[in-house]
Amino acid sequence: MDFVTSHILSILIFLPIVGAACLWVFPPRAAASIRRAAFGISLATMAVAIAATVIYYSSSQDDVRAVRVGKLGLVEQHDWIGESGMPNPPRERCHETPLLVQFYVGVDGISLPLILLTSLLTPLAIWASFHAIQDRAKEYYSLFLLLFGAMLGVFCSRDLLLFYVFFEFTLIPMYFLVGIWGGANRRKAADMFFLYTFAGSVLTFAGVLYLGWKTYATGGGSLRFDLDSLYRLAAQGHLSATEQTWLFLAFFAGFAIKVPLFPMHTWLPLAHTEAPTAGSVILAGVLLKLGTYGFLRMSVPMLPEAAVNCASWLAVLSVVGIIYGSLAAWVQTDMKKLVAYSSVAHLGFCMLGMFSLKMEGLTGSLLYMVNHGLSTGALFLCVGMIYERYHTREMSKIGGLARRMPVLTFFFVFFTLSSIGLPGLNGFIGEVLVLMGTFISHTAQRGSPAGPLGPLYAAVAGTGIVLGAVYMLFLCRKVLFGPLHEPEDHAEHEHDAGALPIDLTAREVSILVPIALACLYIGIAPKPLFELVQPALKTQVLARVEPAMKPEGSFARVAGRPLAVAESASTERSARVR
Amino acid sequence: MPSQTYAIWILLAPLLAAVLIGAVGLRGLRDKSHWLAIGGVAAALVLALMLFGQIRAVPEEARADIFTRSHKIYEWFRPGFGGLASLKWFDFEFRIDPLTGVMLVTVLSVSLMVVIYSSGYMRDHHGHPERGYERFFAFLALFIFSMCLLVLAGNFVLLYVGWELVGLCSYLLIGFYYPKPSAAAAAKKAFIVTRIGDFGFAMGIFLIFWRCGDVSFAYVFSQAGLAKLVGWETPVALLLFCGAVGKSAQLPLHTWLPDAMEGPSPVSALIHAATMVTAGVYMVARCGAIFTESPTAMATVASVGAITAFFAATIAITQFDMKRALAYSTISQLGYMFLGLGVHAADAAVFHLFTHAFFKSLLFLAAGSVMHAMGGCIDIRRFGGLAKGMKVTAFVFWVGGLALAGFPFLSGFWSKDEILHAALGVSLPLAIVGYVTALLTAFYTFRLIFIAFHGPLKLPQGVEHAHESVPAMTIPMLLLSIGAAGAGYIGLQHGGKLNELLRTVLVGRLEEHAPGMAHVMSPEAAMAMSGVLSAIGILSAWYIYRRKPMIAMAAAFAMRGPYELIKNKYYIDELYDAVIVRPLHDLGKFCYGFDRYFINALLWIITAIPRAAGFMLRSLQQGAIQGYAMGMVIGLLVIVVAVLSAT
Amino acid sequence: MTTAPQLMFIGAILFALGVAGFLTRRNLIIMFLCTEIMFQGILLNLVGMGLMRGNLQGQAVGLFVLVVAAVEAGLGLAIVVMLYRRRGTLDAEKWSLMRG
Repeated sequence: MDFVTSHILSILIFLPIVGAACLWVFPPRAAASIRRAAFGISLATMAVAIAATVIYYSSSQDDVRAVRVGKLGLVEQHDWIGESGMPNPPRERCHETPLLVQFYVGVDGISLPLILLTSLLTPLAIWASFHAIQDRAKEYYSLFLLLFGAMLGVFCSRDLLLFYVFFEFTLIPMYFLVGIWGGANRRKAADMFFLYTFAGSVLTFAGVLYLGWKTYATGGGSLRFDLDSLYRLAAQGHLSATEQTWLFLAFFAGFAIKVPLFPMHTWLPLAHTEAPTAGSVILAGVLLKLGTYGFLRMSVPMLPEAAVNCASWLAVLSVVGIIYGSLAAWVQTDMKKLVAYSSVAHLGFCMLGMFSLKMEGLTGSLLYMVNHGLSTGALFLCVGMIYERYHTREMSKIGGLARRMPVLTFFFVFFTLSSIGLPGLNGFIGEVLVLMGTFISHTAQRGSPAGPLGPLYAAVAGTGIVLGAVYMLFLCRKVLFGPLHEPEDHAEHEHDAGALPIDLTAREVSILVPIALACLYIGIAPKPLFELVQPALKTQVLARVEPAMKPEGSFARVAGRPLAVAESASTERSARVR
Repeated sequence: MPSQTYAIWILLAPLLAAVLIGAVGLRGLRDKSHWLAIGGVAAALVLALMLFGQIRAVPEEARADIFTRSHKIYEWFRPGFGGLASLKWFDFEFRIDPLTGVMLVTVLSVSLMVVIYSSGYMRDHHGHPERGYERFFAFLALFIFSMCLLVLAGNFVLLYVGWELVGLCSYLLIGFYYPKPSAAAAAKKAFIVTRIGDFGFAMGIFLIFWRCGDVSFAYVFSQAGLAKLVGWETPVALLLFCGAVGKSAQLPLHTWLPDAMEGPSPVSALIHAATMVTAGVYMVARCGAIFTESPTAMATVASVGAITAFFAATIAITQFDMKRALAYSTISQLGYMFLGLGVHAADAAVFHLFTHAFFKSLLFLAAGSVMHAMGGCIDIRRFGGLAKGMKVTAFVFWVGGLALAGFPFLSGFWSKDEILHAALGVSLPLAIVGYVTALLTAFYTFRLIFIAFHGPLKLPQGVEHAHESVPAMTIPMLLLSIGAAGAGYIGLQHGGKLNELLRTVLVGRLEEHAPGMAHVMSPEAAMAMSGVLSAIGILSAWYIYRRKPMIAMAAAFAMRGPYELIKNKYYIDELYDAVIVRPLHDLGKFCYGFDRYFINALLWIITAIPRAAGFMLRSLQQGAIQGYAMGMVIGLLVIVVAVLSAT
Repeated sequence: MTTAPQLMFIGAILFALGVAGFLTRRNLIIMFLCTEIMFQGILLNLVGMGLMRGNLQGQAVGLFVLVVAAVEAGLGLAIVVMLYRRRGTLDAEKWSLMRG
């Protein structure tokens, strides 16, 4: 038992990977038992994730609970390449630079919500594939489990090289999932997805190597990649502003494409449209978060000066992405493409909040990652359920489904509302915090220095709230409301053997219900989540960035007048009035 | 029982009703669903009345500090962490004071009547429930929950929650007849147009949060909170007002309300006349402490209100759709309320909100009764003389119409007069606009009454005879008509009980803020003037539509240009469509095109470099194994030579 | 007593013979044998280097190479047999699927 608790993260990461191998013992015809086994393995992984959360919650050091102070927990550190115990190399062997890559994993309040999100969505996605995936079940489910393990690995990694390995490894299963089980244009979509993201992350790899070399050059003893040493680099002033900017750009290349940030987003609509439903769910729900998580975990705390300096540029890209994505979503005729473009807009919000570099914005950003995973994932599931019945995603071919499918309509509208930030559901909390953080970013308040953004960004991004309602309600109106309108050949399919009933089956409802419950929970009583997330954001991110932020006043220009002046004027006036 | 316990149960009763109907409505309840809704709302109303009694029982001296308190239920979420002040959570908290009490009683009493009425309205002539009967009551109960949350909210974020939730219910209920494309479109329009206002509202909240570091009413409206807002009142107030403009359908965001009449009539009565649309008025009244500090904001509120009142009244004259005419009348009356708020007469505005809820919901219910009898037809050109067949409906319509027209001694008279009298003390032009609108109001209301209920009997095709509605509909209407006639006496004139109660929480009585302003008219003269104007309006409507129907046609013909302009609602919908919606849609198309043709072309060019290189190098690849071996040997030789020559 | 340079000289000759054979012959089996000859040349070189350094590392690696060569011979011949079955010829020029 002790072994299990001390190695829980390894178990978490490798359980699905080993499970993927175990699927191969089944004979290829036994599709039913394969998918049941895959689902069982994914559920077991989910249980491990929950257990890990519980253990992290109860872990403490010197009577201080790790959760309260946002410390790392469940740490496992083993040497993978090279030896950590080695003293500085003897003189004559100086030309050999020892490499030290560790299997170093750990979780904190930033990674745990994402781990939980992943381990909620993946079993559901597997379950949702039961009907849709009929051929090559063994390959499909084993790839899915591999993907699961890799995603969990990304969120657990505390070694940059390990992170990079997992980060890249997610590409491979996804490539095949899109390329084999995708729609008509799947080959092109898979190629584009792979090349686009891979091209970016090669540059990231250059940045990773440079950082590793830097730890060696500044006396780390070997080429180390563990985050602890890497965070120390900037904190101890070993990285000049120029170096940081270049490194930031290198990381940006990989992460921004993954997010995707405007204008690197064009792979997304294609990949989403062509991917099988479960693939879209995971792509939108988790894989996009790898990019934002990378920014939050690597770029911002590791390269704080560059993060502060580049923040306004990133924010501009995010804001453009919000508006651009919303407008482009509005003119789509394909349901999946519409939801895909909405992801571009949503992730723009996420990045905006992060680069406000304020507690409000960071919390909002992290919550936005989770919320987007839930609501957009669920929307993809809903679209998939419509597709399985009507074999089309064209909005012009279907309409008025509310009359035929009241249960689906309920869920569809529910997740639409969650996606457009209706208060009481999850989207609202993230959106409000992101905009709040952006709005107040330029002021030094309550012990935090002035951030790089300001009300103008919030105001422009805020139009995204209105546009979000425009395109999502447009989708609802087209598909759900209005007179009933079904594809002409639908009546023929309807009585086929094995065809689905008109409204959702119990299995489909039970896929959507857990997501809906999670949405309600985050919307109504998210206090435990905040207590988990905020201390971690404080110690892991903010505490590392804030020293790089300039003291009050230098960014504080709102609408042309220096804020400091306005501030003193208002205090004067208040003194006079009161 | 402490007040927050009342508040919790006031919220829970309708919410539980909604959830229960949603859970078991389709299977078990079906046409009995209304009992759950009625029970929930009635329980909430009883609790609200008890709470109101509790609020009234507080002695006047103690009110000021008791009502600045918040009733915290639980901690919801927090913006910041670390530092001292930023540990503050945004609570789920209530504010319970006279304003809340008045709003709760108004909302719940009208709601109860409307829910009872709906149990008769949502059926056909044989008493079979309409499709979606249970859904209707679930949404209605959810709306009542949201509205109560809105008025109970103790901080800006929670207010925003209620604000959006009522918007959602409005969306769901306008789109109740979703297979009808116009209903689906109207629902979407309502949600989006109000969201434009909400955007400003949200920005206002952020501004408050930025300045004060807290969003709780208890802090923001305290001395310390207001001191932090000094210098920022105008932007804060104007941004908050944006939200009110959207929700209360004021110019320029009024276009959604007339379209919202696509919903069932009880919905129009409850949501789009009596309660939800008054949320803007409530919010501005609630934030009076901020608004009154900014003369610019007050002037804006007053002018927007006055202009909207006049503008909507002119449109109401030309409409033939009874519900649409009433919708424009609602916009106009809401304009009055904002006029009142803008001239430092917040208590008069809330008073008008209170009376308006009764008579306007009554008018809508009566219109619904007409519509029900006419087989869904609501065009007043197609029926007439209904008073003979539908005595109760005609009677309550008369009561509601007289109250709306501000006929002396009915509820609308008292409240409207107070607003106009206050306006006279602040700005003569605004008051004149108000008085002209009062005349127009009387005219268009009685135009409807005379065309629809009097004259020779005329019925639309397919309707045999005009029959009175079932008791489930007429009894609530009669009860409401008592309110419409008598609600005004509660707050009778300055110093009335309601106003006294409200005054402790509403900042901005005229006397305090504009002491130097001389009154043009004494209260009695103002009262007489509004009475006379209303009588003139009614008489001229009688003369034009009963005695000499040709006049109306001749006038419409003679002034065809202006008539067409007004009849088409000043072409504002078309203007928005051409100036905002289409260009944005085109921009969206441009964005998508940019994606496909520009960015992807750029990508093609980038990938063209390796592709071209590969094309050039492919001739080296001959596929013959000895060729490759030759290459290797040559390479080897080169290395050997290089090594040898180096040493 | 053979010395290291002698061994390495013979190794070089073997290697050169193998290369010449590989480049000039068209028969897959002959070409394959030529690669084996190259292998032996390298093996002799390894042993020679080991002698030069005065330790057994060269011979150890040589043994390793022998094993690898044996395995490789098995694989390679199997492939050649497969190829012959496919086309009925052992002419190397007939196999140019990789032509760009």
